[in-house]
Amino acid sequence: MNTQILWFATRGAGIVSLLLFTAVVVLGVMTSVRWQARQWPRFLTAEVHRSIALLSVVFLALHIVTAVVDPYASLGWISAIVPFASSYRPFWLGLGVVSVDLLVAVIVTSLLRARVGRRVWRAVHWAAYASWPLALAHGIGAGSDASAAWMIGIDAACIFAVVTAVTWRLLAGRPSADLPAVVAAIGRGSSREPGALR
Amino acid sequence: MADVLRLDPIRCDGYGMCAELLPELITLDDWGYPVIAPGPIPDRLLDHARRAVDVCPVLALRLQAAPAARRPAPVPTAAGAGGR
Amino acid sequence: MTAPAALTRLLAGPPSQGGAEHLDAHRARLGKLPPVRDRREIVPVLEASGLLGRGGAAFPVGRKWRAVAERSAGDAVVVVNGAEGEPRSAKDRVLMSCRPHLVLDGAIVAADAVGANEIVLYVGSEHRDAHRALGRALAEREPDVRARTRIVAAPVGYVAGEATAAVHFLNTGDARPTFLEQRPHEAGVGDRPTLVQNVESLAYAGLIARHGDAWYRSAGRGQTRGTALVTVSGAVPQPGVHEIEFGTTLGEVATLAGITGRDASAVLVGGYFGGWATLEEVLERPLDPADRAPDRIGFGCGVVSFAGPETCGVRATAEIMTFMAGQSAAQCGPCVFGLAAIADATRRLAVGAAAADDLRRIDRWAGQVAGRGACHHPDGAAGLLHSALRVFADEFARHQARGWCSVARAAVA
Repeated sequence: MNTQILWFATRGAGIVSLLLFTAVVVLGVMTSVRWQARQWPRFLTAEVHRSIALLSVVFLALHIVTAVVDPYASLGWISAIVPFASSYRPFWLGLGVVSVDLLVAVIVTSLLRARVGRRVWRAVHWAAYASWPLALAHGIGAGSDASAAWMIGIDAACIFAVVTAVTWRLLAGRPSADLPAVVAAIGRGSSREPGALR
Repeated sequence: MADVLRLDPIRCDGYGMCAELLPELITLDDWGYPVIAPGPIPDRLLDHARRAVDVCPVLALRLQAAPAARRPAPVPTAAGAGGR
Repeated sequence: MTAPAALTRLLAGPPSQGGAEHLDAHRARLGKLPPVRDRREIVPVLEASGLLGRGGAAFPVGRKWRAVAERSAGDAVVVVNGAEGEPRSAKDRVLMSCRPHLVLDGAIVAADAVGANEIVLYVGSEHRDAHRALGRALAEREPDVRARTRIVAAPVGYVAGEATAAVHFLNTGDARPTFLEQRPHEAGVGDRPTLVQNVESLAYAGLIARHGDAWYRSAGRGQTRGTALVTVSGAVPQPGVHEIEFGTTLGEVATLAGITGRDASAVLVGGYFGGWATLEEVLERPLDPADRAPDRIGFGCGVVSFAGPETCGVRATAEIMTFMAGQSAAQCGPCVFGLAAIADATRRLAVGAAAADDLRRIDRWAGQVAGRGACHHPDGAAGLLHSALRVFADEFARHQARGWCSVARAAVA
C-alpha cells in the first residue's frame, strides 16, 4: 500500500482521536457534575459521552493499525502493545501505548459494567484522567506534525478544554449529595431520645 | 412476559436521567430522587425502559421479570443439599 | 411481675431483680432439652405452634426456619438478634439478662433444626448486663455448644438490629442495611443461609421444643396464640417488662402498669415503627398482631408507652422524628432528605415557628418517603407520623395556626 497514504492516515486518525478523546473527557465531567440546559437534558450528556468514546476507539484503531502496517515506520505489532519497545522515539511512542492500555481497561470495564460491579468500574474509570495527558504527550513527542502551527493550536485548544473541565469538576466538589453529613447535622444533640429507658 | 422496574435506593444518587427518558413511569420527588410507578411495564414502553436502565450512571435501575415468572426456590436433591 | 402464674412462661422462675438464672436452676425448673435427633425434626412443630417473630414483623417462625433449612448444607448460621435499638423497648435486654439460658436453648434448637454449625449472639453493645449474663451462661454450657457460639457486640443505633444490617456487620463490620438480590436466608453471613431471629422468639421456640405446640397454643385469647413480652413505659407508676397473653386489652395493660383514671390520654404502641392512639379508643382493643380491624393498633415489638395529659403531642412527635431522622443509615436519598425535612418542620411546629404550609407539607413528605428506602426505617417513621397527625390533630392545628400549646397553656417557645 502507498506508504504516503498510510502515513497521512496515521497522522489524521491520531489527531481526530485526540480531539474525540478530549471531547469525551469534557463530556464525562459534564455528566458527573449533572450539567443540563433547557434543551439539553442530562441523559443526553451521558449518551453522547458514550457514543463519542466508542467512535474514538474506531479512529484509535485506525491510527494504530496504519502505523504498524506502514513499512516506512518499521514498527512491529509488539511496539504497539508493549510500551517503550519501539526503535523509533521509544519514550514518546511508549506513552501512547500506555495511554491505549489504560483506555482499553476503561472501555472494557464500561462495556461489562454490570458484571465487574460499580466499585471496580469506578476505580478503573479514574484512569481516564491519566490516559488523556499521556495521549497528548505522545502526540507532541512522537507526532510528525507536532511543530506545525496549526497542530500547536489544536493541542492548545485541547489542553484548554480539559483544564477547564477538570477545574469545573474540582470546584463542583461532591456532585452527589453528602447523605451522612445531612444525617450527622440532625443527629447533633438529638441522638439520645428523651423517652429512652435506662 | 411482563417486566418490572426495580430501583436500588442505596446505589441511586439522584441523577434523574431515568425520569427524563421514561416520564410516563418515573417522576422525581422533592429532592430529585426517582419515584417509580409500580406494576409491569406496558409493552410500548419497554424499549424506553431499557434505555433508562442503560443510561443510569450508577446502575441503580434494573429490569426484572415479574415475580410470577421468577424461578422457584431450589429444592435439595438426593445428591446433597443445595449448591452452597 | 403481676401476670397470673399460669401465663408466665418466659418470666416464670426467680424474680428478675435476682439477676441471671444459672444453668442448674434453669434445668431444675425446665428439665433438659430434647435430644439432637428430635431437635432436627422441630420445624413442623414450630409451624404448628403458630409462633410469630417478636422482632416487630411478626413473621411466622416455623416458615422462616424452613426456608433456611431447605438451603442449608449443614453450614447455616443462626444470628440471635439481641440488638434492641428501639429506645422504648427493654424486653430483649431483660430476657437476656435474667433468662440467658432460655435464649441459649432457643439458639441451640434453631441451630439443629436449620442445620447450622455457627451461632452468633448479636447483643447491643449498650446492654452490658445482657452481655455479662450471656457470657456467663455460655461458659456454663457443654464444650460443643461453646465451640460453635460467639458473642458479638452490636453497634448502638436504631437500624443496627435490622436483619440485613446485622448480617452486613458480621460480614464487613458495617452495620447498615443492604439491598442485595439474595435475602439472608439464602446468602447471609459468609454467604451461607442465615437465620436472623429475635431473642424472645428463640426463647419461646426453646420452650416449644420442650413442651410441644399444643402447650404453646393453650394460651391466647384470639387468633394469635401464646404469650409475649411487652415493655410498659411513660406516664405510669409501674413501668417495666411484663408477659401477657395475646389478646390482652390495652386497658388491662394500663391497669398492670398502675394507671388509674385520667393518668394517661394517649398511648404509643409497637415502638417507633408503630403508632399513636388515644387511650379511650383502644382501652378495649386487644394486643394482637393478627388483629385486622380497621382501628387495629398493631403490636410491633411490644412497646406500650403511655403519654399523660401534660405531654404535648407535637413536641413528642418532633422529638421522635428528630431521633428517627438522626438514626437513618444515610444510604438512601428519600429517607435522609425526607425524614430531615419532616424533623425540621415538626420542630418548627413544636416551638410555634411553623411556616405557612408546614403541616400540609409534612403529610405530603410522609407519603413520599414510605417504601422508598432500602429498609423499612422511613416506612416506620412515616407510619408513626401519620398516626400522630391523627391522634394529636387538634394540637397540630393549634401549633400551626396560633403558636399556642393547649397542654402548656402558654405560647409555644
